[in-house]
Amino acid sequence: MPLLDIESLVVEYHTLRANVKAVDRVSLSMEKGHTLGLVGESGCGKSTLGLSTIRLVPPPGKIASGHIVLGETDIINCSDEDIRKVRGKRVGYIFQDPMTSLNPVKRIGAHFVEMIHTHEPEVSEQDALKRGKDVLERLGILPERIDDFPHQFSGGMRQRVMIGLALALGPDLLIADEPTTSLDVIVEAQIIELLKELKKSLKLTLILITHNIGIVAETADRVAVMYAGRLAELGLTDDLFEKPMHPYTQALLNSVPNITKKGQVLSWIPGAPPDLAEPPPGCLYHPRCPHAFDRCKKEEPSLTKHNGTYVACHLYDRR
Amino acid sequence: MKNEKLQGRIVVQLLPQLRNLRQRGLAGWAILIGAAIVAAMAIMTVASPWIRPYDPILINVGPILSPPSAQFPLGTNHLGQDMLSRVYSGGAIMFQVAVLSVIVCLVVGVPIGLFASYLGGYTDKVASLVMDSIYAFPGLVLAIAIAAMLGPGVVNMALSIAVVYVPSYFRIIRSQVLTIKELPYVEAATIMGAKSRTTLFRYILPNVIPSIVAVATINFADAVLTSAGLTFVGLGLPVSTPDWGWDLTYGRRLLPSGAWWVIAFPGLMVVLLALGFTMMGEGLSELFNPRLQK
Amino acid sequence: MIMLLLTFVFLVVRVLPGDPASLHFEKQVSPEMLLDFKRRLGLDKPLIVQYFEYLVGLLRGDFGKSMQDFSPVSQQIFSAFPATLELAIFSSIIMVLVGVVLGVQASRSYNSARDHSIRVFGIASYAIPVFFLGEVVIMIFAIYFHLFPAGDRIYPGMAPTGLTIGGLHWSSGLFVLDSILEGNPTKLGVSLRYLFLPSLTLGTVLCGIFIRLTRGNMLETLQLDFVTAARARGIKETTVVYGYALRNAFLPILTMMGLQFAALLAGAVLTETTFSWPGLGRYLVDRISFRDYTAIQGVVVFFGILVAMVSLAVDIIYAYLDPRIRF
Repeated sequence: MPLLDIESLVVEYHTLRANVKAVDRVSLSMEKGHTLGLVGESGCGKSTLGLSTIRLVPPPGKIASGHIVLGETDIINCSDEDIRKVRGKRVGYIFQDPMTSLNPVKRIGAHFVEMIHTHEPEVSEQDALKRGKDVLERLGILPERIDDFPHQFSGGMRQRVMIGLALALGPDLLIADEPTTSLDVIVEAQIIELLKELKKSLKLTLILITHNIGIVAETADRVAVMYAGRLAELGLTDDLFEKPMHPYTQALLNSVPNITKKGQVLSWIPGAPPDLAEPPPGCLYHPRCPHAFDRCKKEEPSLTKHNGTYVACHLYDRR
Repeated sequence: MKNEKLQGRIVVQLLPQLRNLRQRGLAGWAILIGAAIVAAMAIMTVASPWIRPYDPILINVGPILSPPSAQFPLGTNHLGQDMLSRVYSGGAIMFQVAVLSVIVCLVVGVPIGLFASYLGGYTDKVASLVMDSIYAFPGLVLAIAIAAMLGPGVVNMALSIAVVYVPSYFRIIRSQVLTIKELPYVEAATIMGAKSRTTLFRYILPNVIPSIVAVATINFADAVLTSAGLTFVGLGLPVSTPDWGWDLTYGRRLLPSGAWWVIAFPGLMVVLLALGFTMMGEGLSELFNPRLQK
Repeated sequence: MIMLLLTFVFLVVRVLPGDPASLHFEKQVSPEMLLDFKRRLGLDKPLIVQYFEYLVGLLRGDFGKSMQDFSPVSQQIFSAFPATLELAIFSSIIMVLVGVVLGVQASRSYNSARDHSIRVFGIASYAIPVFFLGEVVIMIFAIYFHLFPAGDRIYPGMAPTGLTIGGLHWSSGLFVLDSILEGNPTKLGVSLRYLFLPSLTLGTVLCGIFIRLTRGNMLETLQLDFVTAARARGIKETTVVYGYALRNAFLPILTMMGLQFAALLAGAVLTETTFSWPGLGRYLVDRISFRDYTAIQGVVVFFGILVAMVSLAVDIIYAYLDPRIRF
């Protein structure tokens, strides 16, 4: 039984102009211990997808249809109280910017205590602080720093604190939304190493959301590529990197410069992501796709399976 | 030619923001509904001499204190005057007072605001001090003080209200001017040798006008309420003129005897008028003065 | 600034109409009587002298003499002041309570029907003349339902006497406080009952701006990252809303309360008249009908001083509480 099962999820943003589908019929499932890399450009819906797993899509966004099941809990339809219990305890969430994600007027210890108290009110404040200290130590931070304020930490350490908070209650699932985007490259590498190590030692199920396809290569078992709210490709990491099927995936991989190749010309994807308020007909990628043909302009491609990889592209869908 | 350019600029400034009001969300709707209400009441008041069934001043056209009936849809008051006619015509005074006070404020407040903030230095300091002092004072109390001294009458009421309200214009204009003064294109104009007067009128003023309009509309609303308040404390006009304020005041005393209609309908009219102006003002404020007054 | 205010008021009352003394009399009065009248009030002296006497008098707490009976206006002012103060305090409580609660509710259901209706209510409540609302409220609650009294502050014999230690008496003039000090729950109940309707009316008319302030502040704060992050940790919604977000709004609300004080006083004038509440406002209106211009001046000056004191206090409190200034 998968730990997390998302089926045909549709998340809409109701704006004055139109109803924008930030997530359009995306289906995913996660087995325990698995790591999924969720990749895509800014605005492709991956963050929205992540937030929907704990029902935190900000207004004017709303989950319009579909199913999300975590273990035995129906995320979309369960009560407010139930979803609150899921958050933090069964699903840990790491946000992009650790600077703004921590309450600036609260000490780190207070963050831990508040969180632990919310889910396990019997725990004494002392015990809660102790647990916090243990977590910090595990993440390579001096335990005495539990009394410090967020602004007293550097960016990388703040992110570790966030990871610590996310993992403090031993959740089954960890979702990291662009955890390294606001950090410099060296710190980024450290954090990724940390995540890998935690993944192994805690047997975490991890969803890593990022636009940096590079870090996904070494951490994820499977990779899902999203474009304009829809799944373009979903497959094993190795398969995807060696033989990318969807033209978008190919273009993405091509645009990563290879430092070993000499005299390489930077390539990029021409055009821009579609305006979701007035999406183009057919395949959303067709205006930028070098392989687009007639069918692409009229019919939306559905996700089909080829050799273990799911692709949404008419090139592979000979029907 | 200068005037045309100025007008052109005003139109260019105001129109784009006023277009597609319906699409502007709540603010747009507020303006439309508010304007509709105000327009309807203005038309009603202006047309009242023709549409009213009785002369509102004539006493004993009907039985004293009779409740709403077919003949007198809004009932009659203690003098036997027809309430419907009084309601139709009662807005005249309020409109007059409101319009007059706005005019005075514009004539007095706008120039002071423009010059003081543009010139800066002592002028600005002194003007700000005076304006802030008046602004801090409880409006109605000040209006009462002035009205008490000046005596009854439309003009005096308007003056009292105007004095209380000029600081609001001053403040908005001042904050706008201070911001615009620093903008690069104004500096550029000065460097290119434009005279101060030119800069002020052709560059700064058109940009300030939208905010002035917003303040003026809210001024209307406050004028309506304040004039009602002034009448309530006895500083209004001679009894004979039909006025919602008067009906409100007198209607109070008639309440214990159960004659609710004397106070209710004029009261409703005042509320509606104030509401109409307020909605317009709030909507305009949201469009033109982002976060300035709030 | 206060000087300016005082001078302004002086000018208004003494200079504007030309001669407040003759204005006072409806009928023609013989010149000798007029002169005598003026002399007794100090109105016959040259304007500059009058101005100085006025300022000096204020320092001593002398607000002039009433034209009606030459009694010191300050006596009346200080005896009527506690009533207005009590009304102002309780109206503020209602104003802030209703405003903040509604503002929070509106921000939590952003763009919903509830949000819009609360916002409309906020605007509409200000558009209602306070005396009209007062009458409506009286009609409904006092006359129709007999739940609350229709006017006055207390009925005879029920005025609380305040603190009594040994033979010493002290009362603040604030009935609620005095009845607590006296230890008399019945009087407390009665005082509150009389206080309720006028405070409700005045508070409602002025709460609109608090609704808007709270709503705006909450909307901004609730979107911040650390709020979402807190929610993601499973923190209870009520804790998030009231503990995190509302804390931010606290300071602006406090400042706004100070700013609204002037409006409170203005509204009090009308409210007191409507509810026959024996405070400064009603005194002012009374004096108008008697054309007691010196008394009017005294009261208006007192209002000015009050407002100035309150804004000074707000400035001090603000400087003390603003974390940016402290840390």
